[in-house]
Amino acid sequence: MEKHITQYQTVRFTLNGREVERTVDVRASLTDMLRNDYRMTSVKKGCEVGECGACTVIIDGEAFNSCIYLAVWAEGKHITTLEGLLGPNGELSDIQQAFVEEAAIQCGFCTPGFILTAWEILESGREYADDELRKLLSGHLCRCTGYENILRAVKKTMYRRLGKELPR
Amino acid sequence: MYDMKALYQAKTVADAVSLRLAHPDAHIIAGGSDVLVQMREGKRAGVELISIYGLDELRGVKLETDGTIRIGSLTSFSHITHDPIIQAHINVLGEAVDQVGGPQIRNIGTIGGNTCNGVTSADSASTLHALDAIVELTGANGVRHCPIHEFYIKAGKVDIREGEIQTAILIPKESYENTFGHYIKYAMRNAMDIATLGTSVNVRLSADKKTVERARIAFGVAGPVPLRAKTAEVLAAGKAVSMELAEDFACAVKEDINPRDSWRAAKDFRMHIAVESAKRAFVESVRLAGGEL
Repeated sequence: MEKHITQYQTVRFTLNGREVERTVDVRASLTDMLRNDYRMTSVKKGCEVGECGACTVIIDGEAFNSCIYLAVWAEGKHITTLEGLLGPNGELSDIQQAFVEEAAIQCGFCTPGFILTAWEILESGREYADDELRKLLSGHLCRCTGYENILRAVKKTMYRRLGKELPR
Repeated sequence: MYDMKALYQAKTVADAVSLRLAHPDAHIIAGGSDVLVQMREGKRAGVELISIYGLDELRGVKLETDGTIRIGSLTSFSHITHDPIIQAHINVLGEAVDQVGGPQIRNIGTIGGNTCNGVTSADSASTLHALDAIVELTGANGVRHCPIHEFYIKAGKVDIREGEIQTAILIPKESYENTFGHYIKYAMRNAMDIATLGTSVNVRLSADKKTVERARIAFGVAGPVPLRAKTAEVLAAGKAVSMELAEDFACAVKEDINPRDSWRAAKDFRMHIAVESAKRAFVESVRLAGGEL
């Protein structure tokens, strides 16, 4: 049998605001690289086929499933994981705090992904209706609590950021 | 880790063409939301990959001087939906691709990949058929244009020749001018699902909005490749706008479609929803065009 020759490539990118560089196996997914080479363990390995959203990260402002993204594609990109949302003294961000307040968590496995998708939604600065928010959050699976508390946490943060009262 | 033999990353379109010629057995990967999933499933295990994901020159939507809308093959679904040129002229395509998978998939999935995998259920495919889109392919001998109807050869097989990559999807002005369309995806779930049936209709009405000048309809999953229902189109052309016409148009689609039984739905059921979707999409297209039914 033909022997496999491992192919490596050096990947330079910005991870949570810091410029980083690592030589990786070209067969690695972005999830593999973020977890194994950078210990970004908020990036979960769920379905690994882009269905559950547990591995979601932000790349240049948009949410992507890192399990179906080649690690070498990260070259030159700005990547944010949940670890990147913490404040300078380790404070929780507004959206994380809202997840705590609304009990939008149970086992926590889907939470980092949901929060990063919520981050993309909130950064748009737009006001969305409930059905729009549901659609925008639909790339994530939660098997514990269901989605109502998660929706409530995102909605609450959206209105806070817009400086508006949460409609009753 | 993905089970791949080697990865070649193209830096320019010309580079991609050279890599295709140098590695004829390699698979092309654009966004990877089909290719990488199939590698995980073992279907494409151990293959060589040519990545074209880095070719930013193939991203974005442009209006060319002759009015042709040019969609770069690597433009993601979410960028198509949010693009002002798409919204102004072919909003039906933006709506159709906004129903692919979920938000993260729409950020990575490309219109080039969606058409090149040759799948009948692709949410962009029926609308591109209904709009008589032209596929632009670039190879060693330059650019070749292929009507989308001829691009699909059979299930999973499209007309990409040796050394070629798809570089754009073109929508001629004659196709979209004064034309309004609507797409209906019938699926079991609202998100992360494959269409049981996809129906795309577009119409052009007369200046007084009373007569159908042209109606086009295409289906996904009504046959092994996306297809047009020409009998219904001929029937509607030149007819007065009415609910009866919507019913007749919808009924006529049965002449041209050939859905199959699959685990997703039975043939009879697909026939039923094809007629109902054709009617609803026609009614909505006429309404968008300013007609009254």
